Amino acid sequence: MRAFLIKRIFQMLLALIGVSIVVFALMHLVPGDPVRVALGTRFDQDLYDSLRADLGLDRPLAQQYVSWLGGALTGDLGVSFRNGQPVTQLILERLPATITLAMAALFIALLVALPAGIISAVRSGTGLDYAVSAASQIGISLPDFWAGVMYILLFSLTLGWFPSSGYTQIGDGIGEWIRHIILPAMTVGLISGSIITRFVRSAVLEALNQHYVITARAKGLSEWQVVRRHVLPNAWIPIVTVVGLQLGFLLGGVVVVEVIFAWPGLGRLALTAVKDRDFTVLQGSVLYIAFMFLVINLLVDVIYARLDPRVRVS
Amino acid sequence: MNEKPTSRTRETLQILLANRLAVVGLCVLALLVVVGVIGEAVAPYGINDIDIANRLTGPSGAHWFGTDELGRDVFTRVLVAARVSLQVGFIAVGFALAVGVPVGLVAGYYRGTIDAVLMRIMDVLFSFPAILLAIAILAVLGPGIGNAMIAIGLVYTPIFARITRGSVLVVSEEVYIRAARSLGARDGRIILRHILPNVLAPIIVQTTLSLAFAILSEAALSFLGLGVQPPNPAWGRMLAEGRNFFQQAPWMGIFPGVAILVTVVAFNFVGDGLRDALDPKQKSVIESRGQSV
Repeated sequence: MRAFLIKRIFQMLLALIGVSIVVFALMHLVPGDPVRVALGTRFDQDLYDSLRADLGLDRPLAQQYVSWLGGALTGDLGVSFRNGQPVTQLILERLPATITLAMAALFIALLVALPAGIISAVRSGTGLDYAVSAASQIGISLPDFWAGVMYILLFSLTLGWFPSSGYTQIGDGIGEWIRHIILPAMTVGLISGSIITRFVRSAVLEALNQHYVITARAKGLSEWQVVRRHVLPNAWIPIVTVVGLQLGFLLGGVVVVEVIFAWPGLGRLALTAVKDRDFTVLQGSVLYIAFMFLVINLLVDVIYARLDPRVRVS
Repeated sequence: MNEKPTSRTRETLQILLANRLAVVGLCVLALLVVVGVIGEAVAPYGINDIDIANRLTGPSGAHWFGTDELGRDVFTRVLVAARVSLQVGFIAVGFALAVGVPVGLVAGYYRGTIDAVLMRIMDVLFSFPAILLAIAILAVLGPGIGNAMIAIGLVYTPIFARITRGSVLVVSEEVYIRAARSLGARDGRIILRHILPNVLAPIIVQTTLSLAFAILSEAALSFLGLGVQPPNPAWGRMLAEGRNFFQQAPWMGIFPGVAILVTVVAFNFVGDGLRDALDPKQKSVIESRGQSV
């Protein structure tokens, strides 16, 4: 296990260096002078000079990269072109919103996917199975931004059950927090749930076809006892993998949903940075999200290897 | 010599056509292509025909999908936007194929250092959530339909590289490849004549599934204002424009959304059908969506 872990961490670090090069290159690939482009009509010579000096744009590229990476490793991602605030501070302010939305969405996804996938597999070939499969196919194909807008139309504007946008912290009252998070979490959670459902169904179906299940049935166990004691423990491995991958996606890939629900997360911060041409903020937020994505992938692999020793050997 | 491939193609087609969902998907896609080609010519109104007197009117005989905030016919714009979506989908996936497949072929065939370098580069691209990478690329290139195609294409490139490489690793071990080598065939010939045709099945399946998610990605980027620019119609853009009027005119958002959903479901049906016919072991629809924008 230790050799596997060392190898996997080394691969992650390699990928992280690659990611940092891509993120660093972002600002340098912008045609023209990135600071001038960012300042646009707000151009001010003093601000321009100080930003260029801060970024060290007059130094050789390799030196700039090393200096930027060194800063990033110590938590210094520079300051925003827009308002001079430290980028790390901006990211840390947005992180709780992103994490809570991802967790709530994952909770909804699992709440739907586990029973739907298991029932669909156990009742394979029945009308119920077809209904679950059809619903998950639609879920996978659903544009998240359209689903979000439709939920607002129905649950917020028509029924008035939930607010159409906004964010409250859990400390401000659990009731309000749930009311605000439910629509954005449902928007991404049901799509993720559709993906997980398909994995759960196929993993359970595969386990149901194993010899030990036939033996368990022959012993006289009920269908649900068979599923609980023999099928689920064996179907767990692929399910954990897909759930981990979905968590990675939920932490960084829900920009549109954050925009629709005015959710102050990292994705929205990155998008606003694009529109403001605030390249330091864009670099910082993209780097942070990619880092989280890589760490989660690493954790998924480690859990996978822990559950299935064959992975470690291969 | 031609008998075998022809019979294999026929067999694949038979399996595909026996799958009812795949047939439904194919019919919808055929209809979409026709709409994409002749949509503007047969549309009842011009895409930018403004009629303020009839703004935000609901679906009726004159305007099947109602009108938008400028009185433009929503049905006409949904029809014409089909062409944009298909165009972006095909060109972006074409770009991903053109880059990803050669990378996968070379990495899988030569292995060693070339493989390690190329696949680590692909791993880096795979380390970003897809939408974030597309947004970052558009931040550099600037918004617009052409740049959106490049951004989506780049995002999907690693998927094709990985799938191609994986298949090449298996096929390279086959006896006929070793026979070709021992007969002195050059690497280029072995790759193009012997390996490529035998790794096409998973690539074709992935192409169909990627088309679906490329269309979703384009819609998302247009919704965010980074894809198709006004006044050109795009489903995602129409939805974004309709957001401010949803209470008065929900049809502005409902119909473009349904168009996206139907298109993506159709591509997925065909992709799943092709997978069953060509490559039953692959489960890439889920992988694709996991990485989709």
